[in-house]
Amino acid sequence: MDKFEIFSGLVVPLDRPNVDTDAIIPKQFLKSIQRSGFGDNLFDEWRYLDHGEPGADSGARLPNPDFVLNRLRYRNAGILLARENFGCGSSREHAVWALLDYGIRVVIAPSFADIFFNNCFKNGVLPIVLAADTVARLFKAVEANPGYCLTIDLPAQQIHLPDEAMIAFEVDAFRKHCLINGLDDIGLTLQHAGEIRTFEEKHRKTAPWLFDISDENH
Amino acid sequence: MSGSTLYDKLWDSHVVRQDGGTALIYIDRHLVHEVTSPQAFEGLRLAGRRPWHSPSILAVPDHNVPTTDRRAGIIDPVSRLQVETLDQNCSDFGITEFPMEDPRQGIVHVIGPEQGATLPGMTVVCGDSHTSTHGAFGALAFGIGTSEVEHVLATQCLLMKKTRSMLVSIGGRLAPGVFAKDVVLAVIGTIGTAGGTGYSIEFAGEAMRGLSMEGRMTVCNMAIEAGARAGMVAVDDTTIDYLADRPYSPRGELWQRAVAYWSRLHSDATAQFDCTVELDAGSLLPQVTWGTSPEMVAPVDGVVPDPDRESDSVKRAGMRRALEYMDLRPGTPITDIRPDHVFIGSCTNARIEDLRAAAAVLRGRRIAGNIKQALVVPGSGLVKRQAEAEGLDRLFRESGFEWREPGCSMCLAMNADRLEPGDRCASTSNRNFEGRQGQGGRTHLVSPAMAALAAVKGRFVDARREAG
Repeated sequence: MDKFEIFSGLVVPLDRPNVDTDAIIPKQFLKSIQRSGFGDNLFDEWRYLDHGEPGADSGARLPNPDFVLNRLRYRNAGILLARENFGCGSSREHAVWALLDYGIRVVIAPSFADIFFNNCFKNGVLPIVLAADTVARLFKAVEANPGYCLTIDLPAQQIHLPDEAMIAFEVDAFRKHCLINGLDDIGLTLQHAGEIRTFEEKHRKTAPWLFDISDENH
Repeated sequence: MSGSTLYDKLWDSHVVRQDGGTALIYIDRHLVHEVTSPQAFEGLRLAGRRPWHSPSILAVPDHNVPTTDRRAGIIDPVSRLQVETLDQNCSDFGITEFPMEDPRQGIVHVIGPEQGATLPGMTVVCGDSHTSTHGAFGALAFGIGTSEVEHVLATQCLLMKKTRSMLVSIGGRLAPGVFAKDVVLAVIGTIGTAGGTGYSIEFAGEAMRGLSMEGRMTVCNMAIEAGARAGMVAVDDTTIDYLADRPYSPRGELWQRAVAYWSRLHSDATAQFDCTVELDAGSLLPQVTWGTSPEMVAPVDGVVPDPDRESDSVKRAGMRRALEYMDLRPGTPITDIRPDHVFIGSCTNARIEDLRAAAAVLRGRRIAGNIKQALVVPGSGLVKRQAEAEGLDRLFRESGFEWREPGCSMCLAMNADRLEPGDRCASTSNRNFEGRQGQGGRTHLVSPAMAALAAVKGRFVDARREAG
């Protein structure tokens, strides 16, 4: 996972609540067994006027000129500004892979769906929760100012605005540590393998019926 | 001092270690399907790791499988590769799998409970948001992403923070014609699709106690649609009766010990919840969604709401957009909405009781002239076999429904079963998002009885009038 320390990027506003993971990456692209290559199909049904299928040449597709990601002023955005309950619905991590593959490293919203929020941290994407009125102010600022960029300072937990104002944000200490150092959760957990085994033995004594599925037993 | 909630008990009995606010939680059961697992197995291989405890895993292909004749295999090469990849991974790592040809194959959230692979007191995970279904058994069950699937494969654990707790108490009794699906749609309509964010929900009250295990699964299944991490119901005799003699349920002396252990899996009388919501089942009507989010729901005697009456500007814009997508006008009576497709299936409503409820409505009737397609997709091979033994397949076929093979099918339209742009579907599934059942398709979420009635009447009709 790429380390995340300080990130500056152009902000693209997606002004609708309850953006679900089906919208972020439609189901037909979930047939892939890879982790990469989803960026061209990020928001596929909103971004293109024609129907998309896996493997199709995105250069030959018909972009929807009204969709915000297709507007010239938001090209190469790295920060997505969103509304309430962003990432609701399916657990598909492909949604985060699509955002990352497109170039989005930060999503700012008043609230996120739980599984999407977790998935972001596993892929070096930073989801930032800000108060709804703060997000509303950012929407106005982005729309009024072409080329609106933000700098996200994760170690300091600060967002720097173009006018030199600053917004502080909260992030879980453990997740921040993992993001800044690009740490692999699994490696960290396996440092406690002994404790897991001890727990497992005790648990097996208390509730032995919880453990094994095997057709041979039946 | 206050007692423990069911959630506290499940959580506390699985903490391996605690580090500040983050706990390492032991996972008892790992359910796996073909869509969210290939990258996890690949990651495991790349790191030179093996599953920590393969016998904790049950795998099944469900999202990509065809629901028509399977003798020719999967036609779409991309789907086929994904299913073959699951078969290969299970074979390589010694994981129990019900492959596509197995009579027990079905939707992962149907087969887990059906096999007794889901038991009270367990932690259950799956790379699928509807894993909340299994909470109906007094288990802590929740969906995870693919990185977490890999984490559980490699370590049998997850790093988690404890959520807050919400009690949703549903008092009174449901009227005939009103079902578990109506209960959960009404809950989501009340608290909203983000109302449960940051919470685990325990569903309780007289109406919940009165529901069968299948009804409880329907309610817990859609806890995720309210944004909750997990949904759960306390263990009672209904739970234990359901589990007796299931293939993977414990037997003999172990069964006795398990039942004794399970009897404590309820919230203590003095337990404190962070939030409580109360609903009266007696006044509940059949529910129909009118928009593109499950919270956009109305009782069957209601009308499509007017965005101009919504004071919140973000919500107002969302409603306008939803009505445009759904091609509906404010003030339209719900009973004037005319679907042209009907889908009975999904992990929410494809169990035997769901099929019985739908078939009861259809007996001796034909689907209406405006219905272009009506599908029944049983939740598993065993549900299908049971329905056929009861003659339900004949009832469905005679009324004009297609009787299919088990899988996720048109709930998410990842296989060939999908809506075309502009199609309008009465669906027993769980999500009415834009494009969910096919690009440009319009979804109305309802109970199986309401879906079957919509099929024969060609419009939504109050299922209470048929019942009783």
